[in-house]
Amino acid sequence: MAINYLYPDFEVQRNESRCITCRVCERQCANLVHHYDEQAGRMTSDESLCVNCHRCVSLCPTRALKIVKTDHVFKENANWRGEVIQDIYRQAETGGVLLASMGTPKPYPVYWDKMLINASQVTNPSIDPLREPMETTTFLGKKSTAIQRDEQGKLITDTTPQLKLAIPIMFSAMSYGSISYNAHKSLALAAERLGTLYNTGEGGLHEDFYRHGKNTIVQVASGRFGVHPGYLNAGAAIEIKMGQGAKPGIGGHLPGSKIGQDISKTRMIPLHSDAISPAPHHDIYSIEDLRQLVYALKEATNYTKPVIVKVAAVHNISAIASGIARSGADIIAIDGFRGGTGAAPARIRDNVGIPIELALASVDERLRAEGIRNQVSLVVGGSIRSSADVIKAIALGADAIYIATSALIALGCHLCRTCHSGKCNWGIATQNPELVKRLNPEIGSEHLVNLLTAWNHEIKEMMGGMGINSIEALKGNRLMLRGIGLCDAELKILGISHAGA
Amino acid sequence: MKRVYVNETWCLGCHLCEYYCAYANSGLNDMVKALKDKEIRPRLTIEQEGTISFAVSCRHCTEPLCMKSCIAGAISCKDGLIVIDQSKCVNCYSCIMACPYGALMPSVEQVMQKCELCATNSHGQPVCVQGCPNKAIVYEER
Repeated sequence: MAINYLYPDFEVQRNESRCITCRVCERQCANLVHHYDEQAGRMTSDESLCVNCHRCVSLCPTRALKIVKTDHVFKENANWRGEVIQDIYRQAETGGVLLASMGTPKPYPVYWDKMLINASQVTNPSIDPLREPMETTTFLGKKSTAIQRDEQGKLITDTTPQLKLAIPIMFSAMSYGSISYNAHKSLALAAERLGTLYNTGEGGLHEDFYRHGKNTIVQVASGRFGVHPGYLNAGAAIEIKMGQGAKPGIGGHLPGSKIGQDISKTRMIPLHSDAISPAPHHDIYSIEDLRQLVYALKEATNYTKPVIVKVAAVHNISAIASGIARSGADIIAIDGFRGGTGAAPARIRDNVGIPIELALASVDERLRAEGIRNQVSLVVGGSIRSSADVIKAIALGADAIYIATSALIALGCHLCRTCHSGKCNWGIATQNPELVKRLNPEIGSEHLVNLLTAWNHEIKEMMGGMGINSIEALKGNRLMLRGIGLCDAELKILGISHAGA
Repeated sequence: MKRVYVNETWCLGCHLCEYYCAYANSGLNDMVKALKDKEIRPRLTIEQEGTISFAVSCRHCTEPLCMKSCIAGAISCKDGLIVIDQSKCVNCYSCIMACPYGALMPSVEQVMQKCELCATNSHGQPVCVQGCPNKAIVYEER
C-alpha cells in the first residue's frame, strides 16, 4: 500500500552520551531494529520494527537504551480509540484475522486484586513457619467418600492413582513447538528439582525428555499430535485438553514454518506441514463420549495414572465441570480467560470466556452442592501472578494451581506479545536455533526454581499468619477471604463477604 | 586452579565479553568513560564462523610456551597464573608466535598484553564471566 496508515507504537531512545557502539543491540535484535552507521560512527534504529521486547535494553552494558510509548496520537475519542482505528487499518490492508499472543491486555477486572486475606489476632495464634512445621504437600486425584476398614478393622488405604506435589503449583501446558526445546528443558528440570510437574502441551514429548517422566503431564488434544502408547505411559498423568483459556472454542495452530525436523518427529507429522488442531475433539460430543476417552486412556495406561480434563472457563462452567466429574476424570483443570497463548485470534482472546476467579468459585460450590467434590481435584490457571493469587485460589476451592505466563516471565519473557511472529528474542517462543540458544536451561531452570521457592516461602508466611499449618486446611476456606469494592452479585458468586463484614 | 572455560553451545556472539574485558583492564570505574569513542583492545577475542562462536582467552597452560619463548623474562607463572610484566616487554612478538591460541596481543602502548583472569586489576574476578549473559564463559576448577 502506498500510504502507510500505521505509525510505530514505540520509540527507541538512545542516550548518545552513554552509547559505546558495542553493537550488542544490533546483534541481539531479531527484528533488525538497530544498525551501525559506519560513516557517522554511531548506532541508528528503525523503531517501526520494534516489538518492545527489551532484549536490547537488558543487554546494553551502559544502559544507553530505553523504549518509550510514542506520543503520536489520533484526535481524542473515547469510543474510536487509537488502537481501534489501527486495527481497522490493519484489517483493511490485509483482509486477515488479527493475531495476538499471550493473555488479554484489556482492562477487565482482576478479582484476585479485589480480595483480601485474613490473619490471626489475639483469639487464635498465628504460626511462625520458620519455627514450626508447615505443610504444602498436595495430593491430586479422587478422594474416597468414606473411611473403609477390612475384617481386622485396619484402614483400607488403597486409592486411585494420585499425584504428589511438594508445592501446590504446576507448570501448565505449553507445547514443544509453541515454545522452544530449551524452554521445555528448563521447565522439566525445574519441575524435577521442585517436586512438581510440568505439562507437555499438545505437541508430544521430545525423546530427550522421557527421562523426566515422573514430573511430566502428557497432554492429549484434539489434534492428537505425538500421541502413542509410549507417550501416554511416559508421564505421571494424562491431560485431555478440551479448551484453552485464551481461545475457548478453537484449537491450537502451529504454522508449518515452525515444524522443523525435531518437531515433525515429536508431533509425528510431515516436515513443514501446518499443525492445526481441530476446534472440537471429533470423537467427543457429550459427557458420555468424554467418559469413553477418559477410560480409553486409563485402559491404555493400566489404570496407573490419573486423567485430567482441561477446559476453558466459559459461561456454564459449573454444569460442564459437574459433567466432567461424572465422566471418570480424576482432576479438572480450568483455564481462565486471561490465560496466555502462543497465538490466538485477537478478538477471541479479548472477548471469549470468563475470569478464572468466578469460574473456580462457582465450580467448587456446584460440586460441593452435588456431593461430588471429592471425586475430582480442581486445578486452576489463567494468569496466576503471585503467591497471593495462589493463596486466594486455594481459599476459593482450588487444590492446585497451574502457572505458565509467570513461568515464562521467569525465563526472561517481557510480554511483548509477539510470540506468533516466531522471532522471540529471548529464545522462548521460537524455533530458530540461533534464538533458541539464547535460553540456557541451566539459567532458566534456576530462575524457575527460585521463583517457586520464593512463592512457597510466601505461601507459608501467609498461611502461618492465618493460623493454618497445612495447605489442606486452607482449601475452600472462604472465610479467609473478604471482597473489596465488589458488588453483591460478585460477592455471591465468589461466596465471600465484603471486607468489614 | 580455577580457569576460564568457554562453552560454544551457549555463546551468542554478542561480543559483550570483549567490552567488559576492555573496561575491566582500563583502570577506570566508568564503562562509558573507558570505552566511548575508543578502539577497544580486549584480552579475549570472539572467534566466529557461521553460527558458531566462542571466546578465546589465555588457557594459563601448565607448560606455557609464551613464557618459554619470552626473550626478556617478562612472562612468569605465579601459582599457575601466567602474568606479563609489561615494563620488561621488548616488543619482540616471540610470545605471539609461540602461543597456539592467539591469546597474547599488543596493547595500546604496543607492549604485549594477556588475560590475567582479572587477578591483577581492580576487579579480582574475571569480568568476562560476570558479563556473559548466557553462561557461555565460566570460571571454575576442572
